[in-house]
This record gives sequence, structure tokens and C-alpha cells, in this order.
Amino acid sequence: MNVILSLIVSSVAVFGLVVIAFVGVWGAHLEWLFGVVIPYLAVITFFVGMIYRVVQWGKCAMPFRIPSTCGQQKTLPWLKRTYVDKLDNPVGTVAVVGRMILEVLCFRSLFRNTRLEFGNGQEIKYKSAKWLWFGSIVFHYTFLIVLLRHLRFFTEPMPFFVPIIEKVDGFFQLYVPTLYQSGLLLGAAATFLLLRRVIDGKMRYISLPADYFPLFLILGLATTGVLMRYVLKADVVSIKELTMGLVSFRPVVPEGISVLFYIHIFLVSVFFAYFPFSKLTHMAGVFLSPTRNVSNNSRIVRHINPWNYPVKVHTYAAYEDEFREKMIDAGLPVEKGAPEPAKPE
Amino acid sequence: MYDGGKIIAGIIIGLALLTFPIWYTSGRAAPKPEVKLPVKEKECVQPGPYMKKKHMQVLDLWRDSVVRVQQRSYVAFNGKEYDMSLQNTCMSADCHAKKSEFCDRCHNYTGVVPYCWDCHIPPKEKPEEKH
Repeated sequence: MNVILSLIVSSVAVFGLVVIAFVGVWGAHLEWLFGVVIPYLAVITFFVGMIYRVVQWGKCAMPFRIPSTCGQQKTLPWLKRTYVDKLDNPVGTVAVVGRMILEVLCFRSLFRNTRLEFGNGQEIKYKSAKWLWFGSIVFHYTFLIVLLRHLRFFTEPMPFFVPIIEKVDGFFQLYVPTLYQSGLLLGAAATFLLLRRVIDGKMRYISLPADYFPLFLILGLATTGVLMRYVLKADVVSIKELTMGLVSFRPVVPEGISVLFYIHIFLVSVFFAYFPFSKLTHMAGVFLSPTRNVSNNSRIVRHINPWNYPVKVHTYAAYEDEFREKMIDAGLPVEKGAPEPAKPE
Repeated sequence: MYDGGKIIAGIIIGLALLTFPIWYTSGRAAPKPEVKLPVKEKECVQPGPYMKKKHMQVLDLWRDSVVRVQQRSYVAFNGKEYDMSLQNTCMSADCHAKKSEFCDRCHNYTGVVPYCWDCHIPPKEKPEEKH
């Protein structure tokens, strides 16, 4: 699909979701459907789907070790290995765990991204390219902060870390209600990740609606959230009554909640339900990346392919036992001699 | 399943983290807070639903108006004039005299920590009347 069509399809899909929620609540008054039923269905889809995915991955055999190794392998004792070698060519569990921590929390694979550039004449350079890493780390961590801040709607009393996060996030005390930096940065980072796909020709070529749709969806989520908090305002107490009803399994739909909230929660529901069917599964999949989470111990431990089935073999010894006499008759060399005739008693 | 132990452990940890609000609440949602509305005064500077959503922006406007422009008079939606003052108008004896029975109820419930009280001193409440 070309880029224009991809962008149109994915943005129209998100816009369509907004319209569905708007018409459903504003026109048809389906508050229960959009505020209770769909969120529950979405969360169930999320959990069932993600567990199904992970179990399916777990069922995949790994016939050999495929860590991507970028460091000196463990070998003769006088060949030195630095910490980088130990992380990039891990042997034991500790090294693998270290590598996974750096991968999951610091996105090290993206950090190591390089870009090929041509120098003078025949010269080729590999330059470090950190923009993707930067955009994505800002995006993921601000999203995490936004998610944790939302715990104020889902817990009562709030756990101790929520007020701390709110305080740090609103450090500059700009605007009323206090502007949270994470919201702005999340929007900026998602926009950057979107523009990156659109502006760079190579990225544009490999991008599909499945890449654009989640970005538009997240931008839609952020926009409705920002509108609700800073611009059009919402009845926060009633909203918390609704969300607490959801988590305590005693759903209520209070009066006076604006349509905007239902649009927001509908987009969130679609986002959660979309997880197991899309690239967003990397949330669980990152832990199961075989190039990261296995140790490079092929020379230390014998790994037997789990696909191996019992093969019927006919060894040479058995073959010779079977045909020895015929072989001797035909003058073929045999390893063991002809069977001795049974001694008479 | 290969490495079934590790995979199941991972699923359980993931489930436990992501369902945090559910087991933390464990089926008991705290009731919605009720604010104590003033007995004498029937009208605020704007209609109730407006104040419910936008009181912080009204107060922000008041602060800027008083501190930066020295304009202290506010014409309410019903034409009445009010002195722009959090402590003397909003929290006067006839209106929202007790922070703990008005402001704090919703703010605590929704985890809002306004920085009004960095500068303002809430009117004193008698300790025995506190809840």
C-alpha cells in the first residue's frame, strides 16, 4: 500500500472510532456500552490474547542458540573479555539477565543503531544514529508515566508513588491545572515517530497502515486526554466514580460525564483490544527475543534439537552381521571373521 | 511448552502488575465524596456545574487579576459584584468556610494537590468540628 493510502486508511480508522463513540454517546446515549461493556470486553481481549500469544511463543521450539553476538566469545583463558564482551556474548544466566535488563529498560539495540554514510570517494562510514533510540525512549517512558498517573482514577487511596510522580511531572507549575510535562513529551515523541516514517523515504517504503494506525491512535488518546484536562474540562469526581466501579466490578455510570470522556475511554479500549493482534505485542515479545535472551553456550553445552524424532538406523556392524556370510562368499572384506563353527561336544 | 516454568512465571508477574488496580481495590470502591454546600448562600460566582469543572481556572484568573492588574472586583454571572479573594470571599463564614469539608473532599478523592496553600492560609477550623 502506498504511503498516501496508508495514512488515509489509518487516520480515517481512528477518526471513525472517535465518530462512533461520539454518535453512540451523544446521539444514542449508550453510556453503559461505551463506559462499561466495551472497556470490560477490551480488557478481557487484552489479557486472553496476550496470554495466548505468549503461550504460542513458548510452544515454539528453539533448535539452536541464535544470540546475536557482538563481542569476544568465552574461550581460552588468556583471551581477555571485557564487560561489553560479557554482555554481548553472554555465557551464564547473570550475563543474559544483564543484557535483557539493558534491552528492556534502555532499548540498547536501538542505541547501537548505525547508519551507513559515504565519505570521500570509496570511503564508507558507519555513523551512530541515535534519533530513533531517543524518540522511542522518550515515547515509552512518558507513556509509562502517563499510565501510572492514571492510577489516581483506579485506586482509592492512591499508592504512595502516584502523588510523587504527579509532583515531579508538574514540577514547573505552569498553567492551571498544572501542566504535566509527560503529556507534552508523549505527544511530541509520538509525532516524531510518525514523521520519521513519513519523511524518510526508506521508512516510508516499509511502513504500512499497521504502523501508522497505533501512532494515530495514541495521538488521538493524548489529544482527547489533553483536551479533557486543560481545555474542555471534565467532571473528574464522576469519572472516578465510573472508573472505580470498573475496577471494583460494581459498575456505575454517573450523570454529567462529557462525551469527550467516552471518546477517550473508547480509544483506550480499542488500544487495549488491539494489542494482541498487532505489533504492540512487543510489550510481551521483547522478553522472548531469542537473539537477546539466550546465552551463547553452544560450545559448552550440547543442545539437542527438540524436533528430532527417533530415526531408524542400521549400523555397519549390524549390516555386517546380517550379510557376513554372503560378503565372505563374494570375497568382500569383513571386519569380523566368519563365525566359528560350533564345537562338537 | 519449552521453558514452561519461566514462561508461566513471566505471565504471572505480568498479570500481577497489570491487574494492580483490581487486587488493590479488591471489590471495595470508596464511596464518592460529598461536599458540604453552604447553608446561607445559594449562589456561587458562576453556576454550580461550571464551578465544578472550571473553579481552578476562575481562581487562576482572580489571582492574575488581583496580583498583576490590581483589579479586585468580579462581576458574577447574575450581575452581583464580588471581591476577588479566596480567603475572604470563597472561604468566608457564610460560604465554604471549612477546607476539610469542601475543597479537600474532592481533591483528596481524585488526588489533586493544588498549590493554593503554598501562599494562602485556609481559615481556621475548630478541631472538634473536624471529621
